[in-house]
Parts: sequence; structure tokens; C-alpha cells
Amino acid sequence: MNLCLQRLDGRQTYDYRNIRISFGTDYGCCIVELGKTRVLGQVSCELVSPKLNRATEGILFFNLELSQMAAPAFEPGRQSDLLVKLNRLLERCLRNSKCIDTESLCVVAGEKVWQIRVDLHLLNHDGNIIDAASIAAIVALCHFRRPDVSVQGDEVTLYTPEERDPVPLSIHHMPICVSFAFFQQGTYLLVDPNEREECVMDGLLVIAMNKHREICTIQSSGGIMLLKDQVLRCSKIAGVKVAEITELILKALENDQKVRKEGGKFGFAESIANQRITAFKMEKAPIDTSDVEEKAEEIIAEAEPPSEVVSTPVLWTPGTAQIGEGVENSWGDLEDSEKEDDEGGGDEAIILDSIKMDTGVEVSDIGSQDAPIILSDSEEEEMIILEPDKNPKKIRTQTTSAKQEKAPSKKPVKRRKKKRAAN
Amino acid sequence: MAEAASVAAESLAGSRARAARTVLGQVVLPGEELLLPEQEDAEGPGGAVERPLSLNAGARSRVRVVCGPGLRRCGDRLLVTKCGRLRHKEPGSGSGGGVYWVDSQQKRYVPVKGDHVIGIVTAKSGDIFKVDVGGSEPASLSYLSFEGATKRNRPNVQVGDLIYGQFVVANKDMEPEMVCIDSCGRANGMGVIGQDGLLFKVTLGLIRKLLAPDCEIIQEVGKLYPLEIVFGMNGRIWVKAKTIQQTLILANILEACEHMTSDQRKQIFSRLAES
Repeated sequence: MNLCLQRLDGRQTYDYRNIRISFGTDYGCCIVELGKTRVLGQVSCELVSPKLNRATEGILFFNLELSQMAAPAFEPGRQSDLLVKLNRLLERCLRNSKCIDTESLCVVAGEKVWQIRVDLHLLNHDGNIIDAASIAAIVALCHFRRPDVSVQGDEVTLYTPEERDPVPLSIHHMPICVSFAFFQQGTYLLVDPNEREECVMDGLLVIAMNKHREICTIQSSGGIMLLKDQVLRCSKIAGVKVAEITELILKALENDQKVRKEGGKFGFAESIANQRITAFKMEKAPIDTSDVEEKAEEIIAEAEPPSEVVSTPVLWTPGTAQIGEGVENSWGDLEDSEKEDDEGGGDEAIILDSIKMDTGVEVSDIGSQDAPIILSDSEEEEMIILEPDKNPKKIRTQTTSAKQEKAPSKKPVKRRKKKRAAN
Repeated sequence: MAEAASVAAESLAGSRARAARTVLGQVVLPGEELLLPEQEDAEGPGGAVERPLSLNAGARSRVRVVCGPGLRRCGDRLLVTKCGRLRHKEPGSGSGGGVYWVDSQQKRYVPVKGDHVIGIVTAKSGDIFKVDVGGSEPASLSYLSFEGATKRNRPNVQVGDLIYGQFVVANKDMEPEMVCIDSCGRANGMGVIGQDGLLFKVTLGLIRKLLAPDCEIIQEVGKLYPLEIVFGMNGRIWVKAKTIQQTLILANILEACEHMTSDQRKQIFSRLAES
């Protein structure tokens, strides 16, 4: 059998995925991304009366929630087994290891203590929830600042954040969980299993350790039989990994502290990288523009020179002038006639005594006007200039271009014409 | 009457409905109302423009506009139900006003009739296979829905096999039903997917992009290694190459393609082609 010893994403056996820690604007809010697994941690505090058997200690409360957006399998009320297991493990790791000094959370013995509440939300499930959750919890606790309190005799003063800077919690050490997945009855071992690797694993070993190599919690689930040296080997690996992760956490906390002190921008909007979805981008095909200049020059060289434009108006008679040749008639073809539109605005017009230029286009239906005697609208006909006092029987083949713009509005209604798109 | 109703709706909505034409390619949010082009002159700027009276008011030409995914008809307007970019496609043959839809991103699949999907056989009960397609319910697949299957000649389908088929019934009230033949009775590529290979999940938007005609990514991937690839509209892709190493590389590339620009992708492909 050809066994290819490879992980799906190309990692080695003891490799962790990329861990990214980002902080929110409030103290105590952080998001930890372990590969694609994301956990949001939020710490809050409240003054409450202590437990009866622990009158001088503060209260710690941990809660991990599997959001429905994390995986399709998570539905409200459906994932209780996994949830219970994760919550218990987290509690043992953080509460029983006494990583937080609960005595320092006492304000007035027997009456008022701080209750610290850590809420963790799983935003995306891609395997190894417990590692990401434990990192998020400890990072959020380290990042959190509680309001300052001062006790003078019987008086207790609680300062708002504006009056006095909030103080951090006193944390002894940072326990971090490391997960080991076993396959084929302990033959193969993988650190930081993916979601797909978790689906096919035989058993899971979780070791919670701090950087001083003290084991806080150890749990084996799945019913696999592990040998003593396997467990010892795992604890050694865990020690190395925890040291790396603790360093990463301390660096992230330091960076955030620095940014806040310097007054720079902090918060999720800055630290969480924008992932651009390129799936919807219409990709522009790159056009080769190296020979654009030559092509343009060729086009210009081969093109015909533009026709000469007579810029000065030619005065034929008082009241009759011509500027240029006029534009092509854009009134469209007549249904009846087969005549084409003339170039140069070969309109026919009847000139009356009052110089009103009624520029009509061809032929048949002029309707209410006097029926003109139209010989032809061919361009070859010579241009005849009418004097104002002459008999308006002859027809001019060209009209002034200046008046031509008024043509459409003066068009008689009864003229039937196909409309053609303007040039 | 229509004007009065639309003005009332507008005041209820609280914001001006925008013309769909002006919003093409932009991000729209759920709850927005869009006006179709034929209604724009009716609304006018501020709705106070006087319309010329016409003797037969109902003679306005009705254009048939298709309301695609992410949009819903609301009176005579379009109501946006998903956030994403508004797209429009002109009608090919000239009839109707084209299709409007919202390009949105989603990971969870909702079965749609006619979609080709990859499913995993989870159970075999009597004459029906239960196939997990990633929706809220497993789809049912009858053993007769394979090419050349008869009561005596049953297809060789085991629990855990991958099936490529299409939905014939898929609505929100019933469990979806899928088949592995087309309307002529031919398999047309559907059926049980072969051995080996790797099945992995991506987002629905990436699948649509990869399935678009002339997708550059697929052409470039095809130049790298000889491969077999099946795309399911439910966000599942099955790849198979000559060696496991190559298969894993392909799977990782396709997953990463979603967030890579085309330059980064070309870089990666050129690096792979060298090695």
C-alpha cells in the first residue's frame, strides 16, 4: 500500500497553524485565529457578594459558546456533548490551575468581591477549538483592566476609568492547551488537528502547560491506549509549543500596549486583515499597449484629410448668406421615394417674400402649403440664388446651414417619414 | 392610483428607492428597494414632476424582468434580500428586460432545482439512497435514476461513495430529490465519482467563478498537471491528479484562489511550473 505521510495543508507532524491575535478597542476583548478557527474572547467584571465558603476570594466564570455560524453542525441545542466537554476542560485548565490571583479580587471580605467573567465565542470551526479557546481566554485576561478600588476604613471608593486608570488583573502564569490527535491506535500523532483530521482521528490528548513547564491539566479522550513514553514525548513537545505561543502572546500584548500609549489606532478594524474576495471581480484583460503610438500614427496617415471648411459666410444677397456646406440630412428615408438623402443638406425649399425659410424635405405631402413644383433634388442641379423680389418659382437646392437646425421643428405634421437614428 | 400607492410605500420605507440602473455593480444591502427602468419616470425627482396625461394610462409597455437570487418582488419594485453586488444581464433574444440578481457570498448551500451537486451517500434504505448534499436535509436518490439501471440491473453504489447528480425537486418544504440522468435518460457525466481523489469544500461564490466560461484559473491549473475535477454547486470540489502530492497542491491552490489577486496567482503557478 502506498502510504503518503502528508497532512492536507502541507504541515509537518508537529507544526502549528498560524496564530494571529488581534485586540479590540475595549480592554479585555480579543480575537484569536488559529488557522481558520476563530475564537472571540471578552472579559467583563462586576462587584458581587462572594461565595459563602470562600469569603475572601473573587469569582471566576468561564463560558464557551459554539456560535451557529461556526459550523453547519452547530445548531441551538444540538451540540451539548462537545460543548460540555470543552467547557469542563477550559474550566479545569484556567480555574484549577490558579492562574489568576483570586485573593486580589477581594474588595471587602465577605461582602464585595470582583466577579470576572470570561465569555468565549467560537466564530469559525476548523479544528482544535480547545487550543484556540484557551489562548483567547488567557490573552483576554491578560489584556483586561478592571476599575480601581480603594478601601479606607469602612469606605469603599470605586473609581471610574476617567478618574483613575483601570488596573490589570494579577496573573501568576499562562496555561495554554496543546492538542495531540492519534491515528491508527497510537501509531501516528499530529499536533493541532484540522477539522477534517479531527473527524477521522481515533483519540485526542490535551495537555495544558505553562511556560515554566508545569502541567496544569491533562486529558485523554477517545479511549485510545497510550504508552508511557508516548505521553512523555507529547509533554515535551507541548513544552516547546507552549513556550513559542507564550512568546507570541507577550509580543502581541506588548504591541497593543505600545500602540495605545502612543495614541495610534488600535482595535479590530486595524488589526484584522481585510480579506479581499476576488471571486466577483471581473478581471480586466491586460491590453498590450506597446505599439499604440505606431498604430495611431498609421491610422492618421492613412486617413483622408478632412474636407475643407469654408469658415467665412458668403453673402449672396442681403438676407441670404451661406456658411459651409451644411450637414447631411438626418431625417431618414421617405417610404415612398427611393431618393437618398443628399449630402450637404440638399433640401428643397420655397422661398417666399418674407424671407421665412421653410426648409422642408422632399416631395409628396406638403399638405397645407402650396404644392411646390419639385423638379428633382439631385445635387447636380445648379445652385440658383433667388433675389427677394423675384418670382419664387424656382427652387433652391441648398439652404443655409444656420437655418437648418430649425428644420425639424418646422416640419409639417402631415409628412410621413421613417425616423432614422441621428448620425 | 399606482402613484399614490407607491408614494405611500416610499414613505413607509423611509428612504428613497433607487433606480436599479444606477446601482449596478455596487453593493446593496437587504431591505433596499430598487426601481425598474420603466418606473423611473413615474417617480421622478421628488415625485412632484407632472406627468403628461395620457388617455390610456395602462398602455405602458410591460417588460418582463427576471428576478434572480437575492432579489424579491415587492409590489412593482425589487426588494433586496441579500447583501452583495447588484448585477444585470441583458436579454439575449430581445424579449423582456433581462435578469437582475445579487452576487453574494455564502458558505452554506440551499438546494435549488437544476443544480448539479456532489453528494456523499450516507444510507441505503430499500430503493432509495440518502445523499448528504450539505443542505438541511439529505437528498433522496432512487436506484433507478442511473443510466442503464433497471430493477434487475442495480447500480453499484455503496455507503460513502461520491455522487454527482442534479436536483429535480428542491423546495424549502420537502426533502430534495436528485437524479443522475438528464431528461433524455443519459448520464451526461453524472453518477458515481471514481476512486481516490480528494473532496473539499469552498464557498459558493468561488464555485460560480470557477464555473464561469473562460475561467482563467481552470485554464492555468489545467496546464500544470493532468487532472480530473468535478465542481458541485453546493461548494464541493473533487480533484484527482496522478500523485497524492499533486492532488493536495491543486486542492490548496483552489482553496486559496478566492483571496488571491490574479498577479499572486500567476506567481504561484509559475513557481509550481518550475519545480
